[in-house]
Amino acid sequence: MQGVFAFIAGLVFGIGLIVSGMANPAKVLGFLDLAGRWDPSLALVMAGAIAVGGMGFAVARRRRETLLKTPMQLPTARDIDRRLVGGSLLFGVGWGLAGFCPGPAIVALGAGEMKALVFVVAMIAGMGIYELMK
Amino acid sequence: MDIDWTAFTPWSALAGGAIIGLATTLFVLFNGRIAGISGILGGLLRPVRTDIPWRVAFLVGMLVAPLAYLAFATLPAIVIDAGYPVLVAAGLAVGVGTRYGGGCTSGHGVCGLSRLSPRSVMATLLFMAAGFATVFVTRHLLEA
Repeated sequence: MQGVFAFIAGLVFGIGLIVSGMANPAKVLGFLDLAGRWDPSLALVMAGAIAVGGMGFAVARRRRETLLKTPMQLPTARDIDRRLVGGSLLFGVGWGLAGFCPGPAIVALGAGEMKALVFVVAMIAGMGIYELMK
Repeated sequence: MDIDWTAFTPWSALAGGAIIGLATTLFVLFNGRIAGISGILGGLLRPVRTDIPWRVAFLVGMLVAPLAYLAFATLPAIVIDAGYPVLVAAGLAVGVGTRYGGGCTSGHGVCGLSRLSPRSVMATLLFMAAGFATVFVTRHLLEA
């Protein structure tokens, strides 16, 4: 059952990325290019996502178990450490280089984009490097 | 600041964002987890047997999203200007960075800000700043 709902969540998430324009790296880079001709659209993607997601998480916060009667598994870490800072900065550099973050890259791969395949393979390799260094 | 009004798509951005928020809501209420793509994918590299099915199911859902979308409308253009060497470097940086930082645009940016996590607020500010800085360097310093 968890697999079925995970599939639906992934599907809806992917459709949201397509509708919002985030699946298109050129549009993402247009947002990240503050000094050029700036496209503010992605700020509204975040606003829309947080407005709806904020309600979902407000409900989830009060629950001990999910609607499938399994335990809630929300993160408990609270410390802002060197790993969080360094990792996030490195991620931002990679995001700015190609305009891809993980979700949109997977959606673009599903759309049959060869360049997305190259990015995703390199990203998985990067995640493997993290596992080896950990 | 020079805003590109022809590229600005406020309604599809808000609607798409709301759909993403719906997905994170479904996932937390039914699966009890953060819909963070880097964590869902990266978790498969050190697999826990009972976690594999839902991780794979989520990713397959994302992969088939373009096909589902195509059933109702033509897919919007996906324009990838970066060349292959840049894509490899970017992919490596995103892979290592998101795992060290514990999340990406979805886990920290959308879910983390939705639940007002201080860690995620910090992570989001940092990766946005790094993204802005990187595009400034590649578009305005290196290409100038």
